[in-house]
Amino acid sequence: MHNLTLSELAKKLRAKEFSVTELTKSLLARIEASQPKLNAFITVTSESALAQAAASDRAFAAGSAGPLTGLPLAHKDIFCTTGVRTSCGSKMLDNFVSPYDATVVEKLNAAGMVTLGKTNMDEFAMGSSNETSYYGPVKNPWDTQLVPGGSSGGSAAAVAARIAPVATATDTGGSIRQPASLCGVTGIKPTYGRVSRYGMIAFASSLDQGGVISQSAEDAAMVLGAMSGFDPRDSTSVDAPVPNYVETLNAPLSGLKIGLIQEFFEKGLDASVEKLIRDALKVYEKLGAKLVEVKLPALPLSVPTYYVVAPAECSSNLARFDGVRYGYRAKDPKDLMDLYKRSRGEGFGAEVKRRIMTGTYVLSAGYYDAYYLKAQRVRQLINQDFKRAFGEVDVLIGPTAPDVAFGIGAKASDPIQMYLNDIYTIGANLAGVPAMSIPCGFVRNLPVGLQIAGPHFAEAKLLNVAHAYQKETDWHRQIPAAFKAEKLS
Amino acid sequence: MSWETVIGLEIHAQLSTKSKIFSGSATAYGSSPNSQANLVDLAYPGVLPVLNGEAVRMAVKFGLAVDATIAPRSVFARKNYFYPDLPKGYQISQYELPVVAGGHMDIVLDDGSKKRIGITRAHLEEDAGKSLHEGLPRQSGIDLNRAGTPLIEIVSEPDMRSAKEAVAYLKKVHTLVRYLEICDGNMQEGSFRCDANVSVRKVGAEKFGTRAEIKNINSFRFVEKAINYEVARQIDLLEGGGKVVQETRLYDPDKGETRSMRSKEEANDYRYFPDPDLLPVEIDAAYIANVKSTLPELPDQKAARFVSSLGLSEYDAGVLTSSKELAAYYEQVAKLLAGGKDASKEQAKLAANWVAGSLAAALNEHNLEITESRIDANRFAGLLVRIADGTISGKMAKDAFEKMWAENLDADGAIKALGGGQVSDPAAIEKVIDEVMAKNPGQLADYRSGKDKLFGFFVGQVMKASGGKANPALLNDLLKKKLAG
Repeated sequence: MHNLTLSELAKKLRAKEFSVTELTKSLLARIEASQPKLNAFITVTSESALAQAAASDRAFAAGSAGPLTGLPLAHKDIFCTTGVRTSCGSKMLDNFVSPYDATVVEKLNAAGMVTLGKTNMDEFAMGSSNETSYYGPVKNPWDTQLVPGGSSGGSAAAVAARIAPVATATDTGGSIRQPASLCGVTGIKPTYGRVSRYGMIAFASSLDQGGVISQSAEDAAMVLGAMSGFDPRDSTSVDAPVPNYVETLNAPLSGLKIGLIQEFFEKGLDASVEKLIRDALKVYEKLGAKLVEVKLPALPLSVPTYYVVAPAECSSNLARFDGVRYGYRAKDPKDLMDLYKRSRGEGFGAEVKRRIMTGTYVLSAGYYDAYYLKAQRVRQLINQDFKRAFGEVDVLIGPTAPDVAFGIGAKASDPIQMYLNDIYTIGANLAGVPAMSIPCGFVRNLPVGLQIAGPHFAEAKLLNVAHAYQKETDWHRQIPAAFKAEKLS
Repeated sequence: MSWETVIGLEIHAQLSTKSKIFSGSATAYGSSPNSQANLVDLAYPGVLPVLNGEAVRMAVKFGLAVDATIAPRSVFARKNYFYPDLPKGYQISQYELPVVAGGHMDIVLDDGSKKRIGITRAHLEEDAGKSLHEGLPRQSGIDLNRAGTPLIEIVSEPDMRSAKEAVAYLKKVHTLVRYLEICDGNMQEGSFRCDANVSVRKVGAEKFGTRAEIKNINSFRFVEKAINYEVARQIDLLEGGGKVVQETRLYDPDKGETRSMRSKEEANDYRYFPDPDLLPVEIDAAYIANVKSTLPELPDQKAARFVSSLGLSEYDAGVLTSSKELAAYYEQVAKLLAGGKDASKEQAKLAANWVAGSLAAALNEHNLEITESRIDANRFAGLLVRIADGTISGKMAKDAFEKMWAENLDADGAIKALGGGQVSDPAAIEKVIDEVMAKNPGQLADYRSGKDKLFGFFVGQVMKASGGKANPALLNDLLKKKLAG
């Protein structure tokens, strides 16, 4: 049953081919067996998962099960979960047991989903390789010498290895789409404001957005619908009705205008990756779509813009981790300053410190105008670029990442090279538009992702466009060899 | 060498909302530590602020009352610094775009003239918690009940030229926020507090001198003392050839002095930037009109009405409108004195003299608010009725007032306890006059031979003999006739 998509599992549970408890037990066993190889989970919540599973089975017996009842999932460890450690991949929160549920967790619990555990991630979601986690790197299920991407690397690896059918994730600069691309799974970052950020530990508040990593667009549609919507506890969440994403999955694509961002095909893109993107575009042409070249001249500035805005916000957001009220506290502090300095110095890892320092610098008196304000102006330009493009086309399609997965340690010592891995994904965060990544083939036996972006609140269109491709191809059904068997050794 | 003092005030007024500015916790004062701090106040991972619209409404009320501009769009910003009573590591405040800008307030100077004090801006922000050290050896406790309580910070122009002016302005703002019912004004509990920016310059100089910011001034008296101390310190320094350094100084009320807290170099770089967790506050004309319609009669408007329609002096009108409650008490007394109708100018004046005079003095002496007065408006009006109808003289009324205050009596009870009212029976008074004239034949002869000054002597003797109860006007008339023979 591990190789079934969420929608297939839902049908079989309803047909009582197996129970939720059986399904949950099978997945918990896979998680346990894969942990030494993948390190995809930080915390496995077997006991509460089995309790939720039993409750779901009772709901099925009583006929009160909803569309998501009994479907197992994993939460990225950035989402607060009551009574369960919520570490955000950091030593700073290794001892933090959340007293409350994030809105996303609350909603998916209410929908009857079964939480298998909390997935590994880059520390405080800062990283593109999952190497910055306090709990050690996650490995790519396609080749365990390679990174899974980041920061939602645990969620992407878990879905790719079919140890969790679906997982929540977050995306600040590509943290859903880039690992989805590198692991050969489907990932969607919705419009900023579509999913509540309440209970999602903040990295960069104006960019962070929760989303889904799944096996297919159809699965993503099921879960995204349940986790979206206005939340009075998050002032930046948008009060707009949530459409039924599943209903519009099969809308025809004829007449669809697809924009190709010229700037993305100019340089830095691996040639064999580019070939797969062009192949995918042919599939769309066959389905009746038209290709249009568009220019987004400010878009190449998105990486430097991002690396001013995101660290600035993070330097402030992470100030609350001071060793006073919760989390890591240095032993035997001499005085207040010593408590602050050592708690933060010992509790945060190198990449987090690098970004806090960068952010503190760009907000400092005398630098604010030159960096932060200028970055905000460029952000406006990027926003306008997207707006103009979406006046001409329905969606933008291109690569998710410049290349396939790279080796663990290969870019760890060069932050700039690491940051460039997000060159195609950051623009959507800066503009707040929805974007997703779907598998579109393999280069050197490693998966490649196709990115689809749309205007604000066009999630239904993106899922429709992705689903149409997935009906024509089976890239999304590929499972890494080591995880094909039901029982893992 | 003569020096001019330049003062600007930053007033922090806690807004009387039921819940905090960005969380649903209660704001009541004096609860057990941390009982009013929820996950948002404690800055737990993942929590977010949500703006309390009531706080915005109160700030707009203030802005309209000081004739300021209400920003159509204002922005919350983060002021970043580390301190244990600041759980997020930043304070949410307003920086570049405050909700209120460019207002003013008029104060009355000693010579009775008016002076306009500019209000640069008023912005919304959250209060911090409190660190507790008492009873905790080698430890500090943190109470976050106050963390997130809404404040408006009211920043004045450097328009005040003496500690007295600063106090007058501070009192005026204090009165206003209480009229508007946006702040309880309790300085002891810290609901209303101020920092003073103080500098001196040579008379005639255009440029301001280097200023020091004095923090921790929590009473009107301390404001005056702290500023006067600081002015003297700066003048001493300059006259001794030294320089004033820009710094933050702390007022120590026990020693009556200010001392350096941190210099400009040690000052934090707060790294302000717009808070990405909160949307800009957008205020349209309809909202402003709505708030405007809820404004009460403001102190200056009320005082002007007391002068123009009740004929009070500016001074009396100023005293009587210094609090909403005092003004209400006064208006009630005047109305009762007029038998429930509009008071005549005489009645208004009589009521004003007594409320602003004896009653205000008694309240002041016992350190009571008007709402805590031992004589309520009804009983107080009763006393004035007896003055107006001639039952008692002004002097007797003072004694009766004291009796009423001390023994919780009504006016007639107090008059009775004092031996009855004023004697206005001509025959009775004439009888006393006859007795006095008989007892003082020498003075009578002198008076009749032209020593007019002795009239006063006879008035005193008759009043004394009547036990102070003779109606003074009647006594005068009758005495003149009798003495003339």
